[in-house]
Amino acid sequence: MLRGGIDTLSALPKLVAKILITVLLGGFLGATLVRFAPGFGIDEEELDSRLSTQSIQALRETRAADANIFVFYFHYLSRLLRGDLGISRTLQRPVRQLVAERLPETLKSVAAGMALGWTAGFFLAVAVVMSRAWYLDLLGSLLVGVLLCLPAAVLALLFVLAQAPTRLLLGLIIFPKMFRYSRNLLGRSSALPHVLTARAKGLGNMRVLVWHILPTATPQLLALLGVTVSFAFTAAIPMEALCDMPGIGQLAWKAALGRDVALLVNLTMIVTLVTLMANSASEMMGKIFAVSEA
Amino acid sequence: MNWAKTAAIVFLLVISAACLLANFIAPASYAHQFRDEPDAAPSRQHPLGTDDLGRDRFSRVLYGTRVSLLLAPAAALLSSLLAAFIGGIAGFAGGRVERFVMAGTDLFLSLPWLFLLITVRALLPLNVSPIVSVLITFAMLGCLGWAGAARIICADARALSRSDFILLARASGSDGFRLFWRHLVPNLKPVLYAQFWISVPVFILTEANLGILGLGVAEPLPSWGSLLRELEGFSTISGQAWQFVPLILFILVVSSFHLVLTKEELAV
Amino acid sequence: MKKLLTSFLLTILLALGSLAQSGGELHFCLRSEPKTLNPLLAADDASETIRYLTGGVLVRVNRMTQELEPGLATSWKITNGGKAITFELRTGLRFSDGTPFSPEDVAYTMQQLMDPALHSPTGDAFRASEGKVQTEVLPKNRVRVTFPAPIAGLDRLFDQVAIMSSKSPQKEMAVLGPYYVGENKAGSYLILKRNPNYWEKDPAGRQLPYIESVRLDIQQNRDIEMLRLTRGEIHFINSVDADYFDKIAAQDPSMAHDAGASLDSEEMWFNQVANSPLPAYKKAWFTSTNFRRAVSEAINREDIARIVFHGHARPAVGPVSPANKFWFNPKLQPHPFDKKSALQRLAQDGFHLQDGTLRDHDGHAVEFSVITNAGNKARERMATMIQQDLLGVGIKLNVVTLDFPSLIERITHSFDYEACLLGMVNDELDPDAQMTVWLSSADSHQWNPSQKTPSTPWEADIDKLMRAQASTLDPKKRKEDYDKVQEIAWQQEPFIYLVNKNALSAVSPALHNAHPVVLRPQVYWNIDQLSLSTEVARNH
Repeated sequence: MLRGGIDTLSALPKLVAKILITVLLGGFLGATLVRFAPGFGIDEEELDSRLSTQSIQALRETRAADANIFVFYFHYLSRLLRGDLGISRTLQRPVRQLVAERLPETLKSVAAGMALGWTAGFFLAVAVVMSRAWYLDLLGSLLVGVLLCLPAAVLALLFVLAQAPTRLLLGLIIFPKMFRYSRNLLGRSSALPHVLTARAKGLGNMRVLVWHILPTATPQLLALLGVTVSFAFTAAIPMEALCDMPGIGQLAWKAALGRDVALLVNLTMIVTLVTLMANSASEMMGKIFAVSEA
Repeated sequence: MNWAKTAAIVFLLVISAACLLANFIAPASYAHQFRDEPDAAPSRQHPLGTDDLGRDRFSRVLYGTRVSLLLAPAAALLSSLLAAFIGGIAGFAGGRVERFVMAGTDLFLSLPWLFLLITVRALLPLNVSPIVSVLITFAMLGCLGWAGAARIICADARALSRSDFILLARASGSDGFRLFWRHLVPNLKPVLYAQFWISVPVFILTEANLGILGLGVAEPLPSWGSLLRELEGFSTISGQAWQFVPLILFILVVSSFHLVLTKEELAV
Repeated sequence: MKKLLTSFLLTILLALGSLAQSGGELHFCLRSEPKTLNPLLAADDASETIRYLTGGVLVRVNRMTQELEPGLATSWKITNGGKAITFELRTGLRFSDGTPFSPEDVAYTMQQLMDPALHSPTGDAFRASEGKVQTEVLPKNRVRVTFPAPIAGLDRLFDQVAIMSSKSPQKEMAVLGPYYVGENKAGSYLILKRNPNYWEKDPAGRQLPYIESVRLDIQQNRDIEMLRLTRGEIHFINSVDADYFDKIAAQDPSMAHDAGASLDSEEMWFNQVANSPLPAYKKAWFTSTNFRRAVSEAINREDIARIVFHGHARPAVGPVSPANKFWFNPKLQPHPFDKKSALQRLAQDGFHLQDGTLRDHDGHAVEFSVITNAGNKARERMATMIQQDLLGVGIKLNVVTLDFPSLIERITHSFDYEACLLGMVNDELDPDAQMTVWLSSADSHQWNPSQKTPSTPWEADIDKLMRAQASTLDPKKRKEDYDKVQEIAWQQEPFIYLVNKNALSAVSPALHNAHPVVLRPQVYWNIDQLSLSTEVARNH
């Protein structure tokens, strides 16, 4: 355990460098994807029949400024060093301000959603695997099936109808993933020879779970936790757009519709950062665990 | 539990047969608009009523099932295989390869792929046939949906590659590829099954949402996704029971897939 | 006269009835975040809503009578052959922050508005020709604005110009309208507070508006908006889709208001741009009048109105909706649904049916795509109905829904499309507002924009007539010219007009004195006269 901890600690500068490079690369690739998508540099306002030719021309020129992706990204990075994230074209406000206003909202939803999704998904999986009751498995699978099959818009509407807090919606989107993976992983572990032996020896359910089943599935479960974090951020986009929650998911949706490259680059970088941190953390914990096991 | 598995297989077979024989079973063309009876209740002529344009819902369900039931599992299989391959190799190889591939996977998880889809639509001609459009859409979904699962598979493969039986196989002289293919991949099954099973409904719903980009199933061809879009709205609340038939069918098919796929560990 | 008297008495009665109902908070939803709070730059619906509720204007178009009424100006006069307008202003008024209102503020607003670097859509509406706009402050609290060339319907344009203060430190946040922006939680809601310095009083001498504050929730999801209305959380929905309207009417008929055909239209057009990337044979189809008219006659507009809009729409005739009583050309009728006539027209151009497929004289099967914006259910359904209709004359239509930026790129930049189905939002009754759509040199001349010289004789005729109607102030002559434009548009069908939608709205019984109308803003056009039931006022 100690050796693993020291190893990880010495790898920290490397990790930070890796994260930094990947985030910058993510920002650049995100900007490139936006730049080459059709509709870039186009404004809905061009269809306003009141606007004169000169005004439409002026509108197009302001938009064309970001057309060269390398120049744009270079300018963006030099501003970033000064702490300036640029200005959103669609919302006409500094990106920094927009993100600062909306990130807490999304963090709250993601936290609430993950707490619900993880707990419900994991405990249901444990219950199914430990009880080994087929009806519980069937019931769990049906419930998860219903949640997976309901379009997000319908789920959102049902939530509003029931006056349930829409934050929990994210939990219902994470729950099926969490349940399905952990149930399959724990199921496999519970069928391993040494677990069967332990059971045959008459060990209690709790002991079998904690001493024999969980240890073999822990690295994978940790990886699952890491993945669900980035999944929650991605799922927040349609959810916040549907429920009109003022978070960065809604912002991302608006930015996408407006091809707002300044906003999108920043949001892509935020998501990349969150994904990397969550996954690196879970990976590190998995390795520490593996070392301590060994 | 066996009877449930049998029932699931029978159910899937019946559904498959019904949509393969849709041409003979369907009471009307899926595209024909009976304009005098939009939003009609079930009747002898229209067993599940009609949709808002007066098209026979039963026929649309049959043809929609054909499109979705064929293509969504294919795309799910593609994404599961990609996940197995990328995650498996990374976890198995370990070290620098693993770090590099996993960083790429994280990047892949974070990029706004929506814009790639929009670009793909722009590269396709406007008069592309609905079938080609839907094929491309599902292929894209399959190609983009692997990253999350690859991470879990990587962790799984890493753990497995340290396990006794792999060490044993190594000791007995199995080479890298054989080890990967014969010993590792079969043991990744639980994660792969989970990935496959989750991807099927997710892809079916995503296909419908990609309609906003001009991708996916174009009118008048039905798909489960487009049938479920009927429920997206106020009609969910005020809707009539028969409007929910596509949803119930969808849930039953997805659950049946689950029953057929995963069972063995709990067969006690 | 009798009618007038009754309506006058009714107004008095309603005003008296609302005496005890002052206060409360009005709730309704904006469908997006306002892009700007600067009234001069307002272009999107949400920004225009804020401008309507907060901005004080010199003259106001009464949305019910469609007549012009005094606002900050008590009277006004157009002189100099339509080039100049003189306003006589009210005295003793103050902005919401207490800054006094003076003629200099009008001059300041006009100067800001006409600044060429601002690119204000409101300002561009005044820019009929090159040259400077002058504003003079005259004695006796009067202001004269002079334009370089005559502008038809000049006075009505001032309905959009919210007067800003030249002195207030609050800049554009100091307003003269009934409300001011009290709180703005970005992406979530806005709260407007009653302007204590608003100039208007009711007949009993009470300060308007009656309602204390307005809460505007930003709610894009229309289903949730509907749900909130039925639950009593919001007081009205300004424009309701036809399928929801019937549901509201079934629940509570007193909530559903159908104000009749609106000025908006839904239409389809073919790409006639000469250098578009389409194959030559398709360009030949789309530039043929016979082809366009045949397609038009093959479309069953009655069915579209009945099925897609549940009867809350009527087949459209041309650029002017019958709701625009003065300018509509009553000699014209909607194009009939007539497959036989459509096939005859096609035969004149060498098209023929072969095994149920229409082919042109070179044997190309007639197949084209129509693009429309995704997410608009009504348009998707219309396109699907047209698809089946055209199959009746052997034409294969492919429906492609696109996200808005992609669609705009295709119709304004790359011209890589064959046909497009969109709606035209129209607020202005005067044909001058349609100038940029009909002039062949204009950017909004959608089927073939920005032409150097008119590419067809009929477009040249339209150019001439549009310019002629704009250069005179004689309503009779203008009407004659514009009637001819409508006839040419009917003959040539560069736009295939499909339907005029009805103006549908839903209003909670708790909101009093609401008389939804056709013109925007349908429900709250008389915001200063609206009031809430006392119990509702207490609840919120």
